[in-house]
Amino acid sequence: MLEVRNLRKEFGDFVAVDDVTFSLPQRGSLAIVGESGSGKTTTARMIAGLETASGGHILVEGEERGPGHKRQRQRQRLRSGERRARGRQIQMVFQDPYSSLDRRQRVGAAVAEAVALHQRLPADRLRARVAELLDMVGLDDRQAAALPKALSGGQRQRAAIARALAAEPQILILDEAVAALDVSIQAQILRLLADIRARTGTALLFITHDLGAVRHISDDMLVMQAGKIVEHGPVATVLADPQHPYTRRLIASVPKPGWIPRRRMDPAAAARLP
Amino acid sequence: MTSALFARTASKPRAGRPRDRVTLAAGCVVGLFVFLAVCGPLLVPHAPNAVDPLNVHAGPSATHLLGTDDSGRDLLSRLIAGTRASLAAPAVVIAVSTTLGTLLALVAAWFGGWLDRFVSGALDVVFGFPGLIMAVLVAAVFGAGLTAPVVALSIAYLPLITRVVRSAAIKERNLPYVSALQLLGAPTARIWLRHLLPNLGPLVLVQATIGFGYALLDVAAISFLGLGSQPPDPEWGLMVANGAPSILAGAPQQSLYAGLAILLVVVAFNLLGTGLSRRLLGEQA
Ligand SMILES: Nc1ncnc2c1ncn2[C@@H]1O[C@H](COP(=O)(O)OP(=O)(O)O)[C@@H](O)[C@H]1O
Ligand SMILES: [Mg+2]
Repeated sequence: MLEVRNLRKEFGDFVAVDDVTFSLPQRGSLAIVGESGSGKTTTARMIAGLETASGGHILVEGEERGPGHKRQRQRQRLRSGERRARGRQIQMVFQDPYSSLDRRQRVGAAVAEAVALHQRLPADRLRARVAELLDMVGLDDRQAAALPKALSGGQRQRAAIARALAAEPQILILDEAVAALDVSIQAQILRLLADIRARTGTALLFITHDLGAVRHISDDMLVMQAGKIVEHGPVATVLADPQHPYTRRLIASVPKPGWIPRRRMDPAAAARLP
Repeated sequence: MTSALFARTASKPRAGRPRDRVTLAAGCVVGLFVFLAVCGPLLVPHAPNAVDPLNVHAGPSATHLLGTDDSGRDLLSRLIAGTRASLAAPAVVIAVSTTLGTLLALVAAWFGGWLDRFVSGALDVVFGFPGLIMAVLVAAVFGAGLTAPVVALSIAYLPLITRVVRSAAIKERNLPYVSALQLLGAPTARIWLRHLLPNLGPLVLVQATIGFGYALLDVAAISFLGLGSQPPDPEWGLMVANGAPSILAGAPQQSLYAGLAILLVVVAFNLLGTGLSRRLLGEQA
Protein backbone atom coordinates (compact mmCIF):
# COMPACT_ATOMS: atom_id res chain seq x y z
CA MET A 1 0.00 0.00 0.00
CA LEU A 2 2.85 2.35 0.89
CA GLU A 3 5.77 2.25 -1.48
CA VAL A 4 8.94 4.21 -0.93
CA ARG A 5 11.47 4.20 -3.76
CA ASN A 6 14.98 5.63 -3.80
CA LEU A 7 14.06 8.24 -1.22
CA ARG A 8 16.77 10.78 -0.59
CA LYS A 9 17.26 13.85 1.57
CA GLU A 10 20.14 16.25 1.53
CA PHE A 11 20.74 19.02 4.05
CA GLY A 12 23.28 21.12 2.20
CA ASP A 13 26.17 18.76 1.45
CA PHE A 14 25.06 16.27 4.07
CA VAL A 15 23.03 13.27 2.89
CA ALA A 16 20.68 12.37 5.74
CA VAL A 17 18.67 9.75 3.83
CA ASP A 18 20.20 7.88 0.94
CA ASP A 19 18.38 5.62 -1.52
CA VAL A 20 15.79 4.25 0.89
CA THR A 21 13.42 1.75 -0.72
CA PHE A 22 10.80 -0.37 1.01
CA SER A 23 7.11 -1.12 0.98
CA LEU A 24 4.48 -1.51 3.66
CA PRO A 25 1.54 -3.78 2.80
CA GLN A 26 -2.05 -3.17 3.84
CA ARG A 27 -2.52 -4.01 7.56
CA GLY A 28 1.23 -4.54 7.70
CA SER A 29 3.63 -3.51 10.42
CA LEU A 30 7.15 -2.50 9.55
CA ALA A 31 9.82 -1.36 11.96
CA ILE A 32 12.65 1.00 11.07
CA VAL A 33 15.53 0.53 13.45
CA GLY A 34 18.76 2.44 13.72
CA GLU A 35 20.77 4.44 16.17
CA SER A 36 20.19 8.12 16.72
CA GLY A 37 21.12 10.20 13.67
CA SER A 38 20.66 7.37 11.19
CA GLY A 39 17.91 9.26 9.32
CA LYS A 40 14.77 7.59 10.70
CA THR A 41 12.91 10.78 11.64
CA THR A 42 13.82 12.46 8.37
CA THR A 43 12.48 9.44 6.47
CA ALA A 44 9.26 9.49 8.49
CA ARG A 45 8.74 13.24 8.02
CA MET A 46 9.25 12.94 4.27
CA ILE A 47 6.73 10.11 4.05
CA ALA A 48 4.23 12.11 6.11
CA GLY A 49 4.82 15.17 3.92
CA LEU A 50 6.25 17.36 6.67
CA GLU A 51 9.59 17.56 4.88
CA THR A 52 10.27 17.81 1.17
CA ALA A 53 12.32 14.95 -0.20
CA SER A 54 15.36 15.75 -2.35
CA GLY A 55 14.59 12.81 -4.59
CA GLY A 56 12.71 9.55 -4.97
CA HIS A 57 9.10 8.47 -4.85
CA ILE A 58 6.49 8.02 -2.16
CA LEU A 59 3.37 6.21 -3.33
CA VAL A 60 0.23 5.38 -1.41
CA GLU A 61 -1.93 2.88 -3.29
CA GLY A 62 0.04 3.64 -6.42
CA GLU A 63 -0.55 7.37 -6.16
CA GLU A 64 2.46 9.67 -5.94
CA ARG A 65 2.59 12.01 -2.96
CA GLY A 66 6.34 12.60 -2.75
CA PRO A 67 8.70 14.67 -4.88
CA GLY A 68 7.08 13.34 -8.07
CA HIS A 69 3.69 14.77 -7.08
CA LYS A 70 2.64 17.40 -9.62
CA ARG A 71 2.12 20.18 -7.08
CA GLN A 72 5.46 19.53 -5.45
CA ARG A 73 7.13 19.55 -8.85
CA GLN A 74 5.56 22.90 -9.57
CA ARG A 75 6.31 24.10 -6.03
CA GLN A 76 2.62 24.74 -5.49
CA ARG A 77 0.87 24.59 -2.17
CA LEU A 78 -1.70 21.91 -1.60
CA ARG A 79 -5.35 22.84 -1.38
CA SER A 80 -6.89 22.20 2.00
CA GLY A 81 -9.14 19.43 0.66
CA GLU A 82 -6.07 17.66 -0.69
CA ARG A 83 -4.27 18.09 2.60
CA ARG A 84 -7.12 16.49 4.50
CA ALA A 85 -7.26 13.64 1.99
CA ARG A 86 -3.54 13.08 2.62
CA GLY A 87 -4.28 13.13 6.34
CA ARG A 88 -6.57 10.15 5.83
CA GLN A 89 -3.66 8.30 4.26
CA ILE A 90 -0.93 8.92 6.80
CA GLN A 91 -0.89 10.12 10.40
CA MET A 92 2.04 10.32 12.77
CA VAL A 93 2.70 10.17 16.50
CA PHE A 94 5.78 12.02 17.68
CA GLN A 95 8.48 11.22 20.18
CA ASP A 96 8.02 13.96 22.76
CA PRO A 97 4.79 13.44 24.72
CA TYR A 98 5.16 16.84 26.38
CA SER A 99 4.81 18.94 23.25
CA SER A 100 2.72 16.62 21.08
CA LEU A 101 -0.42 18.32 22.34
CA ASP A 102 -1.30 22.01 22.47
CA ARG A 103 -0.77 22.89 26.14
CA ARG A 104 -3.82 25.17 26.18
CA GLN A 105 -6.21 22.65 24.64
CA ARG A 106 -8.08 20.01 26.59
CA VAL A 107 -7.50 16.49 25.38
CA GLY A 108 -11.12 15.94 24.36
CA ALA A 109 -11.13 19.21 22.43
CA ALA A 110 -7.94 18.24 20.58
CA VAL A 111 -9.48 14.96 19.47
CA ALA A 112 -12.75 16.70 18.59
CA GLU A 113 -10.88 19.21 16.46
CA ALA A 114 -9.21 16.35 14.59
CA VAL A 115 -12.51 14.54 14.04
CA ALA A 116 -14.24 17.71 12.86
CA LEU A 117 -11.54 18.28 10.26
CA HIS A 118 -12.44 15.00 8.61
CA GLN A 119 -16.12 14.44 9.24
CA ARG A 120 -19.00 16.88 9.33
CA LEU A 121 -20.95 15.60 12.30
CA PRO A 122 -23.72 17.10 14.44
CA ALA A 123 -22.57 17.94 17.97
CA ASP A 124 -23.91 14.80 19.65
CA ARG A 125 -22.40 12.43 17.10
CA LEU A 126 -19.11 14.32 17.27
CA ARG A 127 -19.09 13.87 21.04
CA ALA A 128 -19.87 10.17 20.66
CA ARG A 129 -17.06 9.73 18.12
CA VAL A 130 -14.58 11.49 20.43
CA ALA A 131 -15.65 9.30 23.34
CA GLU A 132 -15.23 6.23 21.16
CA LEU A 133 -11.71 7.24 20.11
CA LEU A 134 -10.65 8.07 23.65
CA ASP A 135 -12.12 4.82 24.86
CA MET A 136 -10.16 2.95 22.21
CA VAL A 137 -6.91 4.29 23.63
CA GLY A 138 -8.02 3.84 27.24
CA LEU A 139 -8.66 7.42 28.34
CA ASP A 140 -11.69 8.27 30.46
CA ASP A 141 -13.94 11.35 30.72
CA ARG A 142 -11.87 12.93 33.45
CA GLN A 143 -8.73 12.74 31.31
CA ALA A 144 -10.65 14.02 28.29
CA ALA A 145 -11.57 17.13 30.27
CA ALA A 146 -7.98 17.67 31.45
CA LEU A 147 -5.23 19.84 30.04
CA PRO A 148 -2.16 17.93 28.81
CA LYS A 149 -0.11 19.02 31.81
CA ALA A 150 -2.42 17.05 34.10
CA LEU A 151 -1.69 13.81 32.23
CA SER A 152 1.25 11.42 32.42
CA GLY A 153 3.53 10.87 29.45
CA GLY A 154 1.82 7.61 28.58
CA GLN A 155 -1.64 9.21 28.76
CA ARG A 156 -0.48 12.02 26.48
CA GLN A 157 0.78 9.55 23.91
CA ARG A 158 -2.57 7.77 24.11
CA ALA A 159 -4.26 11.11 23.43
CA ALA A 160 -1.91 11.74 20.49
CA ILE A 161 -2.76 8.28 19.12
CA ALA A 162 -6.49 8.99 19.47
CA ARG A 163 -6.06 12.30 17.66
CA ALA A 164 -4.19 10.56 14.82
CA LEU A 165 -6.85 7.85 14.59
CA ALA A 166 -9.53 10.55 14.25
CA ALA A 167 -8.50 10.86 10.60
CA GLU A 168 -8.95 7.08 10.19
CA PRO A 169 -5.56 6.85 8.47
CA GLN A 170 -4.47 3.90 6.39
CA ILE A 171 -0.97 4.22 7.81
CA LEU A 172 0.14 5.32 11.27
CA ILE A 173 3.77 6.33 11.69
CA LEU A 174 5.14 6.16 15.24
CA ASP A 175 8.45 8.00 15.51
CA GLU A 176 10.01 6.79 18.76
CA ALA A 177 6.54 7.26 20.20
CA VAL A 178 7.26 5.16 23.29
CA ALA A 179 10.95 5.98 23.73
CA ALA A 180 10.31 8.64 26.38
CA LEU A 181 8.05 6.42 28.49
CA ASP A 182 8.67 4.08 31.42
CA VAL A 183 9.24 0.48 30.41
CA SER A 184 5.93 -0.83 31.77
CA ILE A 185 4.03 2.03 30.08
CA GLN A 186 5.89 1.24 26.84
CA ALA A 187 4.53 -2.30 26.96
CA GLN A 188 0.97 -1.00 27.49
CA ILE A 189 1.21 1.31 24.51
CA LEU A 190 2.71 -1.42 22.32
CA ARG A 191 -0.18 -3.69 23.25
CA LEU A 192 -2.61 -0.87 22.49
CA LEU A 193 -1.04 -0.38 19.05
CA ALA A 194 -1.19 -4.09 18.24
CA ASP A 195 -4.84 -4.02 19.30
CA ILE A 196 -5.62 -1.00 17.13
CA ARG A 197 -3.94 -2.61 14.17
CA ALA A 198 -6.03 -5.74 14.63
CA ARG A 199 -9.28 -3.78 15.06
CA THR A 200 -8.94 -1.06 12.46
CA GLY A 201 -6.49 -2.55 9.99
CA THR A 202 -4.25 0.52 10.23
CA ALA A 203 -0.79 -0.29 8.93
CA LEU A 204 2.00 0.65 11.33
CA LEU A 205 5.38 2.14 10.53
CA PHE A 206 7.15 1.78 13.83
CA ILE A 207 10.35 3.75 14.21
CA THR A 208 12.62 2.99 17.13
CA HIS A 209 16.18 2.61 18.28
CA ASP A 210 15.04 -0.10 20.67
CA LEU A 211 15.29 -3.60 19.19
CA GLY A 212 13.42 -5.06 22.15
CA ALA A 213 10.14 -3.43 21.20
CA VAL A 214 10.30 -4.46 17.55
CA ARG A 215 9.53 -8.14 18.09
CA HIS A 216 6.22 -7.34 19.73
CA ILE A 217 4.85 -4.91 17.21
CA SER A 218 6.28 -5.59 13.76
CA ASP A 219 6.30 -8.30 11.12
CA ASP A 220 9.18 -6.90 9.13
CA MET A 221 12.01 -4.62 9.98
CA LEU A 222 14.66 -2.65 8.24
CA VAL A 223 17.87 -1.41 9.75
CA MET A 224 19.23 2.01 8.85
CA GLN A 225 22.75 3.25 9.29
CA ALA A 226 23.95 6.68 8.22
CA GLY A 227 20.92 7.21 5.99
CA LYS A 228 21.13 3.87 4.22
CA ILE A 229 19.22 0.61 4.65
CA VAL A 230 21.70 -2.07 5.63
CA GLU A 231 19.33 -4.91 6.41
CA HIS A 232 15.72 -5.72 5.57
CA GLY A 233 13.60 -8.77 6.35
CA PRO A 234 11.12 -10.44 8.69
CA VAL A 235 11.77 -9.49 12.31
CA ALA A 236 12.36 -13.05 13.52
CA THR A 237 14.85 -13.76 10.74
CA VAL A 238 16.79 -10.54 11.18
CA LEU A 239 17.01 -10.89 14.94
CA ALA A 240 17.94 -14.57 14.79
CA ASP A 241 20.37 -14.34 11.91
CA PRO A 242 21.59 -10.79 11.29
CA GLN A 243 23.64 -10.46 8.10
CA HIS A 244 25.14 -6.99 8.48
CA PRO A 245 27.79 -6.32 11.13
CA TYR A 246 25.94 -3.13 12.17
CA THR A 247 22.79 -5.13 12.91
CA ARG A 248 24.83 -7.61 14.92
CA ARG A 249 26.28 -4.76 16.90
CA LEU A 250 22.82 -3.32 17.57
CA ILE A 251 21.55 -6.70 18.73
CA ALA A 252 24.59 -7.26 20.92
CA SER A 253 24.04 -3.90 22.59
CA VAL A 254 20.60 -4.99 23.83
CA PRO A 255 21.22 -6.74 27.17
CA LYS A 256 18.59 -9.43 26.64
CA PRO A 257 17.25 -9.71 23.10
CA GLY A 258 13.51 -10.03 23.06
CA TRP A 259 12.75 -8.86 26.56
CA ILE A 260 9.31 -7.97 27.64
CA PRO A 261 8.83 -5.80 30.70
CA ARG A 262 6.65 -8.53 32.23
CA ARG A 263 9.63 -10.86 32.35
CA ARG A 264 11.13 -8.64 35.01
CA MET A 265 8.57 -10.16 37.32
CA ASP A 266 9.69 -13.65 36.34
CA PRO A 267 12.05 -14.92 39.09
CA ALA A 268 14.07 -16.98 36.63
CA ALA A 269 14.73 -13.91 34.51
CA ALA A 270 15.38 -11.81 37.62
CA ALA A 271 17.94 -14.38 38.79
CA ARG A 272 19.81 -14.04 35.51
CA LEU A 273 20.20 -10.30 36.03
CA PRO A 274 23.59 -9.22 37.35
CA MET B 1 8.83 13.40 34.55
CA THR B 2 10.34 14.17 37.94
CA SER B 3 11.92 17.31 36.55
CA ALA B 4 8.55 18.41 35.16
CA LEU B 5 6.94 17.88 38.54
CA PHE B 6 9.69 19.75 40.23
CA ALA B 7 9.44 22.64 37.78
CA ARG B 8 5.71 22.86 38.39
CA THR B 9 6.04 23.19 42.13
CA ALA B 10 9.05 25.45 41.90
CA SER B 11 7.73 27.92 39.33
CA LYS B 12 4.22 28.37 40.74
CA PRO B 13 4.43 31.67 42.61
CA ARG B 14 2.28 31.66 45.71
CA ALA B 15 0.05 34.68 46.22
CA GLY B 16 1.11 36.99 48.99
CA ARG B 17 4.83 36.84 48.30
CA PRO B 18 6.38 40.32 48.34
CA ARG B 19 7.10 40.24 44.61
CA ASP B 20 3.50 39.38 43.84
CA ARG B 21 2.28 42.19 46.06
CA VAL B 22 4.48 44.59 44.09
CA THR B 23 2.94 43.30 40.85
CA LEU B 24 -0.55 43.66 42.30
CA ALA B 25 0.16 47.22 43.44
CA ALA B 26 1.58 48.07 40.01
CA GLY B 27 -1.52 46.59 38.41
CA CYS B 28 -3.73 48.76 40.65
CA VAL B 29 -1.81 51.92 39.71
CA VAL B 30 -2.10 51.03 36.02
CA GLY B 31 -5.79 50.29 36.48
CA LEU B 32 -6.36 53.61 38.24
CA PHE B 33 -4.72 55.60 35.46
CA VAL B 34 -6.55 53.70 32.75
CA PHE B 35 -9.78 54.49 34.63
CA LEU B 36 -8.77 58.16 34.81
CA ALA B 37 -7.96 58.16 31.10
CA VAL B 38 -11.46 56.93 30.35
CA CYS B 39 -13.51 58.82 32.96
CA GLY B 40 -11.14 61.63 34.01
CA PRO B 41 -12.94 64.52 32.29
CA LEU B 42 -16.10 63.62 34.26
CA LEU B 43 -14.28 63.58 37.59
CA VAL B 44 -12.28 66.80 37.55
CA PRO B 45 -13.13 69.28 40.36
CA HIS B 46 -12.42 72.30 38.09
CA ALA B 47 -12.41 72.90 34.36
CA PRO B 48 -8.80 72.01 33.44
CA ASN B 49 -8.30 75.00 31.15
CA ALA B 50 -10.08 77.62 33.30
CA VAL B 51 -7.58 80.38 34.05
CA ASP B 52 -7.69 82.52 37.20
CA PRO B 53 -5.21 85.43 36.89
CA LEU B 54 -5.75 86.42 40.53
CA ASN B 55 -4.72 82.99 41.84
CA VAL B 56 -1.50 81.95 40.06
CA HIS B 57 1.10 79.65 41.66
CA ALA B 58 -1.19 79.01 44.58
CA GLY B 59 -0.12 76.42 47.12
CA PRO B 60 -2.29 73.45 48.14
CA SER B 61 -5.67 74.41 49.57
CA ALA B 62 -9.10 72.90 50.11
CA THR B 63 -10.34 74.13 46.71
CA HIS B 64 -7.08 73.43 44.86
CA LEU B 65 -5.66 70.25 46.43
CA LEU B 66 -2.42 70.44 44.43
CA GLY B 67 -2.42 74.20 43.98
CA THR B 68 -2.53 76.10 40.68
CA ASP B 69 -0.15 76.74 37.78
CA ASP B 70 1.24 79.95 36.26
CA SER B 71 -2.18 80.82 34.83
CA GLY B 72 -4.10 79.93 37.97
CA ARG B 73 -5.44 76.66 36.49
CA ASP B 74 -6.20 73.83 38.94
CA LEU B 75 -3.27 71.37 38.78
CA LEU B 76 -5.16 68.32 40.03
CA SER B 77 -7.83 68.82 37.38
CA ARG B 78 -5.19 69.27 34.69
CA LEU B 79 -3.31 66.13 35.75
CA ILE B 80 -6.50 64.07 35.74
CA ALA B 81 -7.75 65.51 32.46
CA GLY B 82 -4.28 65.05 30.95
CA THR B 83 -4.23 61.33 31.67
CA ARG B 84 -6.14 60.58 28.50
CA ALA B 85 -3.85 62.65 26.27
CA SER B 86 -0.77 61.22 27.98
CA LEU B 87 -1.84 57.59 27.71
CA ALA B 88 -3.66 57.61 24.36
CA ALA B 89 -0.61 58.28 22.17
CA PRO B 90 1.57 55.53 23.70
CA ALA B 91 -1.45 53.21 23.58
CA VAL B 92 -1.70 53.77 19.82
CA VAL B 93 2.06 53.27 19.44
CA ILE B 94 1.95 49.98 21.35
CA ALA B 95 -1.25 48.75 19.70
CA VAL B 96 0.13 49.37 16.21
CA SER B 97 3.64 48.07 16.83
CA THR B 98 2.41 45.02 18.77
CA THR B 99 -0.19 44.03 16.17
CA LEU B 100 2.11 44.57 13.21
CA GLY B 101 5.11 43.11 15.01
CA THR B 102 3.27 39.95 16.05
CA LEU B 103 2.00 39.49 12.51
CA LEU B 104 5.47 40.00 11.02
CA ALA B 105 6.97 37.64 13.59
CA LEU B 106 4.44 34.93 12.76
CA VAL B 107 4.94 35.31 9.02
CA ALA B 108 8.73 35.16 9.41
CA ALA B 109 8.58 32.18 11.77
CA TRP B 110 6.02 30.27 9.73
CA PHE B 111 7.44 30.65 6.25
CA GLY B 112 11.12 30.90 7.19
CA GLY B 113 13.62 31.02 4.36
CA TRP B 114 14.11 34.25 2.43
CA LEU B 115 10.99 35.84 3.93
CA ASP B 116 12.36 35.40 7.44
CA ARG B 117 15.75 36.74 6.36
CA PHE B 118 14.08 39.74 4.71
CA VAL B 119 11.95 40.58 7.75
CA SER B 120 14.84 40.14 10.16
CA GLY B 121 17.18 42.20 7.99
CA ALA B 122 14.69 45.03 7.53
CA LEU B 123 14.05 45.15 11.27
CA ASP B 124 17.78 45.26 12.00
CA VAL B 125 17.94 48.38 9.85
CA VAL B 126 14.99 49.98 11.65
CA PHE B 127 16.51 48.99 14.98
CA GLY B 128 19.63 50.91 14.03
CA PHE B 129 17.69 54.19 14.09
CA PRO B 130 17.10 55.74 17.53
CA GLY B 131 13.30 55.95 17.83
CA LEU B 132 13.05 59.18 19.78
CA ILE B 133 15.36 61.07 17.43
CA MET B 134 13.38 59.80 14.44
CA ALA B 135 10.15 60.95 16.07
CA VAL B 136 11.64 64.39 16.69
CA LEU B 137 12.87 64.56 13.10
CA VAL B 138 9.50 63.70 11.56
CA ALA B 139 7.83 66.23 13.87
CA ALA B 140 10.35 68.79 12.66
CA VAL B 141 9.57 67.92 9.04
CA PHE B 142 5.79 67.47 9.25
CA GLY B 143 5.15 70.13 11.88
CA ALA B 144 4.22 69.85 15.53
CA GLY B 145 1.42 67.51 16.61
CA LEU B 146 1.28 63.94 17.79
CA THR B 147 0.37 62.16 14.52
CA ALA B 148 3.82 62.09 12.90
CA PRO B 149 5.71 61.15 16.09
CA VAL B 150 3.19 58.40 16.86
CA VAL B 151 3.73 56.93 13.39
CA ALA B 152 7.50 57.18 13.79
CA LEU B 153 7.46 55.62 17.24
CA SER B 154 5.14 52.81 16.05
CA ILE B 155 7.76 51.89 13.47
CA ALA B 156 10.61 52.36 15.92
CA TYR B 157 8.99 49.97 18.41
CA LEU B 158 8.38 47.28 15.76
CA PRO B 159 11.80 45.55 15.98
CA LEU B 160 11.63 45.13 19.76
CA ILE B 161 8.35 43.25 19.78
CA THR B 162 9.01 41.41 16.52
CA ARG B 163 12.35 40.01 17.59
CA VAL B 164 11.07 38.60 20.85
CA VAL B 165 7.87 37.19 19.37
CA ARG B 166 9.66 35.79 16.32
CA SER B 167 12.06 33.64 18.29
CA ALA B 168 9.22 32.37 20.49
CA ALA B 169 7.09 31.74 17.39
CA ILE B 170 9.88 29.71 15.75
CA LYS B 171 10.07 27.51 18.84
CA GLU B 172 6.29 27.17 18.96
CA ARG B 173 6.00 26.45 15.25
CA ASN B 174 8.50 23.60 15.56
CA LEU B 175 6.61 21.85 18.34
CA PRO B 176 5.20 18.52 17.22
CA TYR B 177 1.60 19.51 17.94
CA VAL B 178 1.82 21.97 15.04
CA SER B 179 3.10 19.19 12.76
CA ALA B 180 0.23 17.02 13.99
CA LEU B 181 -2.29 19.73 13.06
CA GLN B 182 -0.70 20.12 9.64
CA LEU B 183 -0.85 16.38 9.09
CA LEU B 184 -4.53 16.39 9.99
CA GLY B 185 -4.99 18.98 7.24
CA ALA B 186 -5.91 21.86 9.55
CA PRO B 187 -5.97 25.13 7.56
CA THR B 188 -3.00 27.37 8.28
CA ALA B 189 -5.30 30.20 9.40
CA ARG B 190 -6.81 27.90 11.98
CA ILE B 191 -3.41 26.83 13.28
CA TRP B 192 -2.41 30.50 13.62
CA LEU B 193 -5.59 31.79 15.21
CA ARG B 194 -6.55 28.87 17.40
CA HIS B 195 -3.16 27.56 18.44
CA LEU B 196 -0.08 29.70 17.76
CA LEU B 197 -1.46 33.13 18.65
CA PRO B 198 -3.18 32.09 21.90
CA ASN B 199 0.00 30.34 23.00
CA LEU B 200 2.10 33.40 22.18
CA GLY B 201 -0.48 35.71 23.79
CA PRO B 202 1.09 35.94 27.27
CA LEU B 203 4.46 36.86 25.79
CA VAL B 204 2.88 39.51 23.56
CA LEU B 205 1.00 40.93 26.54
CA VAL B 206 4.17 41.14 28.62
CA GLN B 207 6.08 42.85 25.81
CA ALA B 208 3.26 45.31 25.22
CA THR B 209 3.05 46.16 28.92
CA ILE B 210 6.76 46.82 29.29
CA GLY B 211 6.86 48.66 25.96
CA PHE B 212 3.99 50.92 27.05
CA GLY B 213 6.07 52.55 29.79
CA TYR B 214 8.87 53.37 27.37
CA ALA B 215 6.46 54.62 24.72
CA LEU B 216 4.81 56.92 27.26
CA LEU B 217 8.19 58.32 28.20
CA ASP B 218 9.08 58.93 24.53
CA VAL B 219 5.77 60.66 23.79
CA ALA B 220 6.12 62.82 26.90
CA ALA B 221 9.64 63.76 25.80
CA ILE B 222 8.38 64.82 22.38
CA SER B 223 5.69 67.00 23.96
CA PHE B 224 8.24 68.36 26.41
CA LEU B 225 10.27 69.51 23.43
CA GLY B 226 7.16 71.32 22.15
CA LEU B 227 6.75 69.03 19.14
CA GLY B 228 3.84 66.91 20.33
CA SER B 229 0.76 68.08 22.22
CA GLN B 230 0.20 71.81 22.03
CA PRO B 231 -0.98 74.27 24.69
CA PRO B 232 -3.36 74.49 26.38
CA ASP B 233 -3.60 70.65 26.39
CA PRO B 234 -2.90 69.30 29.87
CA GLU B 235 -0.60 66.57 28.50
CA TRP B 236 1.98 65.68 31.15
CA GLY B 237 5.16 66.15 29.10
CA LEU B 238 3.90 69.55 28.03
CA MET B 239 3.04 70.41 31.64
CA VAL B 240 6.60 69.58 32.73
CA ALA B 241 7.88 72.00 30.08
CA ASN B 242 5.29 74.69 30.91
CA GLY B 243 6.17 74.55 34.57
CA ALA B 244 9.90 74.78 34.04
CA PRO B 245 10.16 78.63 34.10
CA SER B 246 8.14 78.72 37.32
CA ILE B 247 10.66 76.48 39.09
CA LEU B 248 13.03 79.43 39.26
CA ALA B 249 10.14 81.58 40.52
CA GLY B 250 9.85 79.21 43.48
CA ALA B 251 6.72 77.39 42.25
CA PRO B 252 7.89 73.95 41.08
CA GLN B 253 4.52 72.21 41.57
CA GLN B 254 3.40 72.00 37.92
CA SER B 255 6.60 70.34 36.66
CA LEU B 256 6.93 68.31 39.83
CA TYR B 257 3.46 66.77 39.80
CA ALA B 258 3.40 66.16 36.05
CA GLY B 259 6.87 64.60 36.26
CA LEU B 260 5.79 62.43 39.17
CA ALA B 261 2.71 61.29 37.23
CA ILE B 262 4.95 60.23 34.32
CA LEU B 263 7.36 58.50 36.68
CA LEU B 264 4.58 56.67 38.52
CA VAL B 265 2.94 55.37 35.34
CA VAL B 266 6.24 54.31 33.72
CA VAL B 267 7.41 52.48 36.83
CA ALA B 268 3.99 50.87 37.31
CA PHE B 269 3.92 49.56 33.72
CA ASN B 270 7.47 48.23 34.04
CA LEU B 271 6.80 46.46 37.32
CA LEU B 272 3.52 45.07 36.03
CA GLY B 273 5.28 43.83 32.90
CA THR B 274 8.06 42.05 34.78
CA GLY B 275 5.58 40.64 37.27
CA LEU B 276 3.34 39.33 34.49
CA SER B 277 6.36 37.88 32.77
CA ARG B 278 7.28 35.99 35.93
CA ARG B 279 3.75 34.72 36.41
CA LEU B 280 2.71 34.01 32.83
CA LEU B 281 6.03 32.95 31.34
CA GLY B 282 7.42 31.33 34.47
CA GLU B 283 10.68 33.24 34.45
CA GLN B 284 12.78 32.77 37.54
CA ALA B 285 13.82 36.40 37.49
N1 LIG C 1 16.72 20.24 9.44
C1 LIG C 1 17.94 19.65 9.41
N2 LIG C 1 19.01 20.35 8.99
C2 LIG C 1 20.23 19.77 8.96
N3 LIG C 1 20.49 18.50 9.32
C3 LIG C 1 19.45 17.76 9.77
C4 LIG C 1 18.14 18.29 9.85
N4 LIG C 1 17.31 17.33 10.33
C5 LIG C 1 18.10 16.24 10.54
N5 LIG C 1 19.39 16.50 10.21
C6 LIG C 1 20.50 15.55 10.29
O1 LIG C 1 20.15 14.38 9.61
C7 LIG C 1 20.61 13.24 10.28
C8 LIG C 1 19.47 12.29 10.53
O2 LIG C 1 18.61 12.85 11.49
P1 LIG C 1 17.29 12.14 11.96
O3 LIG C 1 16.49 11.78 10.76
O4 LIG C 1 16.65 12.97 12.98
O5 LIG C 1 17.85 10.80 12.64
P2 LIG C 1 17.16 9.81 13.65
O6 LIG C 1 15.71 10.11 13.71
O7 LIG C 1 17.47 8.45 13.12
O8 LIG C 1 17.83 10.03 14.97
C9 LIG C 1 21.27 13.72 11.56
O9 LIG C 1 22.67 13.72 11.35
C10 LIG C 1 20.75 15.13 11.73
O10 LIG C 1 21.72 15.92 12.34
MG1 LIG D 1 14.55 10.63 15.44
